[in-house]
Amino acid sequence: MRVTLKIWRQASRGGSGKFVSYPVDNVNPDMSMLECLDVLNEQLIERGEEPVAFEHDCREGICGSCGFMINGVAHGPLPATTVCQLTMRHFKDGETLTLEPWRARAFPLIKDLVVDRRSFDRIIASGGYISTSTGGACDGNDILVPKETADRAMDAAACIGCGACVAACPNASAALFTGAKITHLGVLPQGKPEQDRRAIAMVAQMNAEGFGGCTNIGECTGVCPKEIPLEVIAAMNRDYLRGSWRARDNVVTPIRPFTEWSTGSKLKNDPTGG
Amino acid sequence: MATTVIGTREIRPIRFWESTNGQKAIMAVTGIVLLLFVFFHMLGNLQFFEGREQINFYGAALRRFPEALWAARVILLVSVVLHIWSSVKLAVRKNGARPTGYTARKNINSSYASRTMYWSGPILLAFIIYHLLHLTAGAIQPGGAFVEGDVYGNLVKGFSVWYVSLWYIISMILLGLHIRHGAWSLFQSLGMNHPRHTPLLKKLAMLFAVVVVLGYVAIPVSILAGVRP
Ligand code: HEM
Ligand code: SF4
Ligand code: FES
Repeated sequence: MRVTLKIWRQASRGGSGKFVSYPVDNVNPDMSMLECLDVLNEQLIERGEEPVAFEHDCREGICGSCGFMINGVAHGPLPATTVCQLTMRHFKDGETLTLEPWRARAFPLIKDLVVDRRSFDRIIASGGYISTSTGGACDGNDILVPKETADRAMDAAACIGCGACVAACPNASAALFTGAKITHLGVLPQGKPEQDRRAIAMVAQMNAEGFGGCTNIGECTGVCPKEIPLEVIAAMNRDYLRGSWRARDNVVTPIRPFTEWSTGSKLKNDPTGG
Repeated sequence: MATTVIGTREIRPIRFWESTNGQKAIMAVTGIVLLLFVFFHMLGNLQFFEGREQINFYGAALRRFPEALWAARVILLVSVVLHIWSSVKLAVRKNGARPTGYTARKNINSSYASRTMYWSGPILLAFIIYHLLHLTAGAIQPGGAFVEGDVYGNLVKGFSVWYVSLWYIISMILLGLHIRHGAWSLFQSLGMNHPRHTPLLKKLAMLFAVVVVLGYVAIPVSILAGVRP
């Protein structure tokens, strides 16, 4: 089959970008979307042109590296599928596919289809962990966890941090991601001791990054490759409200997003060299 | 690595007040007040169909206890102000959160009502101001002189003007849209979501919206149609 890929090309962060159309012939319907881009890139390299930059790692839908908009839908038209798992047979022969990067202030563009998602890392660093003394591992069944609770935690923990939820949200809110991280620890006994602090700190960091506020629209869960439910956002709200009510300590210290484009600030030492 | 500590909101209420989740909680609580008002106001209005005497009596009865009336008005005013304040804060955030827009973005999993809250809300505000000037203060007098205390007559005069009725009906439909999303969304904002209960809540929100729209719209429609009790 053949498709036309209309791709957002932008050489660098500061620059301006534009769409460029590339016809790709001999597309094997069993290829993934990323393999189709590989084929295109080989052709571009042969022609001496700059290949299209896109992010990828596992190519089996579990790492969360890949992702872009295909015809206006994050990760493309197939539900619960990342672009690395999306095969070309789901498109029509001769179809034009518009590939566009995630667009959000907190996800500054690096190049072509690659955006900087370290704002997610900072949200996790602010509270997406449990504090535990290291030492000998405790017995597997020391802490009993009901099966249902384990399942709920596991469902939330399935989030791979791809960023599609932010990309699809009309508010560019990171509520689904943050909610998933808060929930997967919060429902487990190991996560309970830090539940209040975690919610307050992660919400504070999420707000500091310049994401929009959630208004419960629901686009996020529709595009999420791991089908994280809106329920996790309610869980985040619950933990946040309860935590704010009960909080004694007030040592919430969100760190400044260091990608300067994401804050409009003029920081000197931007590690990306921006 | 530049990890400057920022935004240390040392004071808990301020931290809450400034957070997206805090603002949504404020919207939800004030939204509940407004929803209750909308429902009971509708029940009150429907006494129109029991005739001139009943609705005028109702209007007078409300004014018999000015302290209670003003207490209710103050609660409503505070709720509206906080509701709008939060919506403005969230709207400002939304506008800053995506500096470069998409060429194409498709909605695949959301209701029209949820996507248009920032439209239905402000239009409702315009309606509320107009509505107070028209039927509470009598400052706008479409269709004939406003008579203090003659609720029935004021309604008939006002709604006999077709564009007054039309504006009212459109506003009520927008209110219906606002409620269709808001009445379940507020539970989510307050941390309540359950795979079994939330689908039911969404249905109830829809039912509530339909009842409210029909309840309010019945009055101008029957006046325009010439059916007067
Ligand atoms: C009678 C009038 C009103 C009622 C009954 C009402 C009710 C509600 C409710 C229940 C919510 C959901 C809150 C939540 O999800 O936490 C909501 C959201 C909202 N309201 Fe209102 N509201 C009214 C008037 C207004 C006005 C006058 C404005 C604006 C100027 C407004 C703007 C908004 C916006 C923008 C939202 C969306 C925020 C969101 O979904 O998170 N509303 N409203
Ligand atoms: S919640 Fe879903 S869409 Fe959002 S980052 Fe996690 S896996 Fe991706
Ligand atoms: S490359 Fe790992 S999820 Fe797509």
